[in-house]
Amino acid sequence: MTRIVAAVGLALGLAQFAAAVDFDKDVQPVLARSCFSCHSATLASAGLQLDNRGSALRVITPGNSADSRLIQRVEAADSSKRMPLGGRPLEPAQIAILRKWIDEGALWPEGGPKKHWAYVKPVRPALPPGDSINPIDRFVLARLEEEGLKPSPEASKETLIRRVTLDLTGLPPTLPEIDAFLADQRPDAYEHVVDRLLASPHFGERWARPWLDLARYADTNGYEKDERRSIWKYRDWVINALNKDMPYDEFTVEQIAGDMLPNATIDQKIATGFNRNTMFNEEGGVDRDEEFWLDLVDRVGTTSTVWLGTTLGCAQCHNHKFDPFSQKEFYQFMAFFNNGEKTAVDYGDTSQKWVEPKLDLPTAEQQTARKKLQDEIKAVEQKIKTADLDREQAEWERSIRNAASAWKTLTPQTLSAKSGTVLTAQKDGSILASGANPADEALTFEAEPGATITALRLEALPDPSLPRGGPGRDIYGNCYISDIEIEGAHVKQAISDNGSVKLREKGEQLWSVDASRDDERLPRQLVLIPEKSLDGAIRIIIREKSEFGGQGIGRFRLTYTTTADPKAIVGVSAKLRPVLLKDRRTPDERKDLADFYRNRAGSLHADRDQLKDLRKQLDNLGIASTLVLQESASYSRPSTPIRLRGQFLSKGDAVYAAVPAALNPLPESELPNRLGLARWIASKDNPLTARVEVNRIWEQYFGRGIVETSEDFGTQGERPTHPELLDWLAVEFMDKGWSMKAIDRLIVTSAAYKQDSRVTPELLEKDPYNRLLARGPRFRMEAEMIRDAALAASGLLSPKVGGPSVFPPQPDGVWDLPYNDDSWKESQGEDKYRRALYTFLRRTAPYPSMLTFDGTSRESCTVRRIRTDTPLQALTALNDPAFFAAAQALAKRVAVEGNDQARVVYAFRLCTGRKPKPVELDRLLASLERERTYFSQHQSEAAKVASDANLAGWTMLSNALLNLDETITKE
Amino acid sequence: MDSHDELKLLTRRHFFQQSGLGIGSAALASLLNDSLFAETAGLHHPAKAKSVIFLFMAGAPSQLDLFDYKPKLNQFDGQPISEDIVKGERFAFIKGTPRLLGTPHSFRKFGQSGAELSNLVPHLSTIVDDVTFIKSMNTTQFNHAPAQIFMNTGHQIPGRPSMGSWLSYGIGTENKDLPAFVVLLSGKSQPDGGKSCWSSGFLPSVHQGVEFRRQGDPVLFLSNPEGVSAESRRRSLDLIGDLNRAHEADTGDPEIATRISSYELAYRMQSSVPELADITKEPAQIHEMYGTEPGKSSFANNCLLARRLVERGVRFVQLYHRGWDTHGSSGNEDIVNKLGSLCRETDRASAALVQDLKQRGLLDQTIVVWGGEFGRTPMNEARSGSKFLGRDHHPRAFTMWMAGGGFKPGVTYGTTDELGYNVATDPVSVYDLHATILNQMGIDHTRLTYRFQGRDFRLTDVHGEVVKRIV
Repeated sequence: MTRIVAAVGLALGLAQFAAAVDFDKDVQPVLARSCFSCHSATLASAGLQLDNRGSALRVITPGNSADSRLIQRVEAADSSKRMPLGGRPLEPAQIAILRKWIDEGALWPEGGPKKHWAYVKPVRPALPPGDSINPIDRFVLARLEEEGLKPSPEASKETLIRRVTLDLTGLPPTLPEIDAFLADQRPDAYEHVVDRLLASPHFGERWARPWLDLARYADTNGYEKDERRSIWKYRDWVINALNKDMPYDEFTVEQIAGDMLPNATIDQKIATGFNRNTMFNEEGGVDRDEEFWLDLVDRVGTTSTVWLGTTLGCAQCHNHKFDPFSQKEFYQFMAFFNNGEKTAVDYGDTSQKWVEPKLDLPTAEQQTARKKLQDEIKAVEQKIKTADLDREQAEWERSIRNAASAWKTLTPQTLSAKSGTVLTAQKDGSILASGANPADEALTFEAEPGATITALRLEALPDPSLPRGGPGRDIYGNCYISDIEIEGAHVKQAISDNGSVKLREKGEQLWSVDASRDDERLPRQLVLIPEKSLDGAIRIIIREKSEFGGQGIGRFRLTYTTTADPKAIVGVSAKLRPVLLKDRRTPDERKDLADFYRNRAGSLHADRDQLKDLRKQLDNLGIASTLVLQESASYSRPSTPIRLRGQFLSKGDAVYAAVPAALNPLPESELPNRLGLARWIASKDNPLTARVEVNRIWEQYFGRGIVETSEDFGTQGERPTHPELLDWLAVEFMDKGWSMKAIDRLIVTSAAYKQDSRVTPELLEKDPYNRLLARGPRFRMEAEMIRDAALAASGLLSPKVGGPSVFPPQPDGVWDLPYNDDSWKESQGEDKYRRALYTFLRRTAPYPSMLTFDGTSRESCTVRRIRTDTPLQALTALNDPAFFAAAQALAKRVAVEGNDQARVVYAFRLCTGRKPKPVELDRLLASLERERTYFSQHQSEAAKVASDANLAGWTMLSNALLNLDETITKE
Repeated sequence: MDSHDELKLLTRRHFFQQSGLGIGSAALASLLNDSLFAETAGLHHPAKAKSVIFLFMAGAPSQLDLFDYKPKLNQFDGQPISEDIVKGERFAFIKGTPRLLGTPHSFRKFGQSGAELSNLVPHLSTIVDDVTFIKSMNTTQFNHAPAQIFMNTGHQIPGRPSMGSWLSYGIGTENKDLPAFVVLLSGKSQPDGGKSCWSSGFLPSVHQGVEFRRQGDPVLFLSNPEGVSAESRRRSLDLIGDLNRAHEADTGDPEIATRISSYELAYRMQSSVPELADITKEPAQIHEMYGTEPGKSSFANNCLLARRLVERGVRFVQLYHRGWDTHGSSGNEDIVNKLGSLCRETDRASAALVQDLKQRGLLDQTIVVWGGEFGRTPMNEARSGSKFLGRDHHPRAFTMWMAGGGFKPGVTYGTTDELGYNVATDPVSVYDLHATILNQMGIDHTRLTYRFQGRDFRLTDVHGEVVKRIV
């Protein structure tokens, strides 16, 4: 047995095999799955085509399976002979089907195998006979009857309202809502609840979640730097569209090609964000064309998966092995997306990237304010750029020239090195280091200048004896000084003429001289200004402790000054100093010096401040923007080259945009462009679009789709459990104007949906996954729902819909990104407690509790989340501060109600939607009593949990209630 | 089989069923019979190894300055490389015709095997006779994030399961109180590929790597909230368990039993994980050997933790140490200073790990893998005229090493050309590496599959050959 699911499918279907084997239903899938990749018209390995009767008869003897080579080869014990060669052997059940079929005469349908069911346009099947009003139930009951099963009774009202409220809004019902429903004796009380929920603004939030998984919506670009992007307007567009029940065909067209609609509205443009949710690798070395091409690959794969339930991506490298899609068709499909606007943008790291359009979305006030600020900025910039500074600059140059004369050499009385560096005094008062070049050195320098010193200066000087001419001693001629201590004095300021100075931070370098980019080696200076003037003898310790070691200073000089303005000497950069000291300058040098001065001119100080302030104001306007597609204004048919073997570097012939031939043709009325593609997908003639979407809707309610592999309707996907029902729903969907809410309503008002979910051991044995629907759905809620339900039970949940993504509490250290110091700044106020779908989603480091409960990183399209059950989930729900805060709030919330018993009932209902049974109540009350007693004896623990022992006891009880299986399960 | 085992089997069987996706027959067998893996029966053939420790040097270490000595490169140092070689090549940063760069470090032969290593890895040079070097590694990717994701998942775009996840899926864990796949980070930050490097992709999330954190709890949310004692927690779990059991009796849903078992496992992890993460009780000579300092976040500490994890039956431990991206565009990322400092951070502990496993008799059943996502160019990058020495990304040839788990000790496999530009003999692709590691774990890489979106996926996609001459 290879696959549990297949085995179960067979178990369920065995009844049918008493009758004759049906080629299309039973045989063809086996051949397609295991044989066609080599033995079909495409490859015809060994000349054998099992999709062609004439050819197949070479290995099949009708009426005699034992004599058929097909059977001999699939059953071969020797794996070098066994078919499929190198592949997974056929299961006994599959071989049994083939044998039976051959023994029955190997009947082959006329005209060869039928087209795969999913590629044939659905027609509305007749309803099976029965009394059920809801057509869904006719189909479900007919199938149950076939299997000799009976449906379950309707679930209790408490269960029902919780189930349907979770399904339609993603939130548990409030107690007044439950009570009102329990009290409502009208026969259509339930339908009233359904209508209320369908109209709730939270409906769109709940249903946006699966759609955003499909759309791979996230708040960052992904990959290495994983910078932020702004595209939440697209998320809100989805919520709004679902809330207003935008017909699915419009919903489709706007997301694929909203920008190309006549007089496209802002909203229609925002909708194209669907395909801008592709990742964007901003790493320095990426090939911009390849990066953009990968976006196109993703758009083809995602679009075909989401709307067509088709794995077109399999045809990127070669013709699809199983489904009727060629490699050429993959690239023809890609061509639809290859005609958008994009701009080559320079990145500072010598690379360029293709950047697609961004839509600015200012409000009217923002627009006015922005215009005003931009004008002001322009004016100030102009002033700074053009102010006449000649006289001022001349004055400044003079002051720097003069400054040098205010410094005198500090002649050392003693000179020593802790770790063996040899220091030799030079004639010009400088000191040259040689000999050992240790990783940890301290140079001590004693002198008595006999003056009142206002500042000391360390000059790092080039010297031909040093590597690359110095001034440092590492192989590049650089040096790193970790600390300079003037004994007994506190240095209040340290300024250098080559940037980078860090003052007395433990373990940080104080001053580094990076001379490695200089063609000509230059002297550099560091001025140290003590808090108080220095008198008498001084002792200076230069420490050189670097990460890499061997990076001591090579030649240096210490000087001192008594001037009141010691900073003047470093008023120009080391590079421009020689220019400044020159009398004759080249035009370039003049410009460099003038530019340098303009940036620091005292007379422009106020203007520079103003400019900074204006720019800040502009930033603070908080104008929203979003990523969109914008088709190029060109009249040529979109095209793209085939990439051989799917490799970007192997460019083949160009192909024009076209839809796959196996499906409906592009309507004559449509142009072969992205809008044409969108309308072709959203057409009633498309055999897949409606089926795929109703199946996904069904999956949300029942935990599995009618086609279990909701991402793959091809020959390799699972066959529908209720094919007629699927087609009926698909046609109904289209006939009801593609109304998603109409399908929702139909499903949740069906008896199938409303069944009790209790299961007997016999039924569990017969139908462990509830494929036949002899009971109601019961499964763990999705990540977002679990969090939202906990916040709702505790009363913390904010009902606010839409807006920029938020930052609820998250443990430190989750964001730990390369080349990106972005930090998680916790939201304040109600934004701490928004619904989970608003949580900022960083692709390389998603919100941990969501991932733990099977949420996705949204790096690529996810059709189905796989439900798991792990101890990490238990740890999260028990201990995550966000969940514990919900327990604390729940404890406070219930503390206002009557006596203990009433409070326990209240809390239990908030979590599970039902009243506890007496035995449960007793257990809870006993537990509460024990916790209270415990905390009253352990007051210091109690104080950390809540304000007193009583509330601490309630908190523990609430924490447990929020962790009940029932609380996190839809049943 | 005790009741917990039964529960676990139920759990695992159940979530595979829940997943609604197919699983390979062998993997299924493993679910149904854990004892298969108690010894070395393996999934498809007898296993040589039970665990893997992958020391991932994120950023890509320079093979030419550590392992692959090229006298010709030193001879032609500073000369422009021949146009023929680089014509049409895509480099991440190099523009124009770059110049060759000899290594500034000195090389020497070590051990009986005579492996040639640079002076930057003195500790590794003491264990060369236990090590298998592959000098002919090559990859298809030349940017960090895609290359790291490729090295881990066999595909450059996020979304596929990583090697650790495949192993967890295929052969499960040997310690029910710990995750099967643990990730430990040191160095500058998380790797460039992000958490996709240890993602379970389309496999159920139970197989994703569990990150042991550098700060706070080793496992996120492991500790009880402040003020909640172990005693209180035990009582609340009893309450939760009682109510869940009652509800199970009422609904008949076996999923509830699974949940109860997960909560009990979580409780046990609360004591097993801190015990495991506490390295203070290790003897002084062990700390000396690794260079560990309890309480610090370091690669050395992670190496020691890795040993403690495999001792306890964890299947796949992956360490990331990021920072090897020595382009030479600044003094802090060159092949002289920075490379030396990275080796000081990693060399001693990497070698100590191998020695320590050996002295405990664990090396035979543990594969230690050391390497990054690609190699570095034989040319100086000199980005924007930088004078710092550095090398650009190079996917065509690089070195990785393995020890233990049935890899032939004291062997060097594969060679590069005289400039170290291309593989000259015995190329080993990333797929081959994956196939070989799986092979040692008792898995036929062509048969560990998972059906997703209509096709059977595997770690090696449609590629990969076991490198038979090194095992």
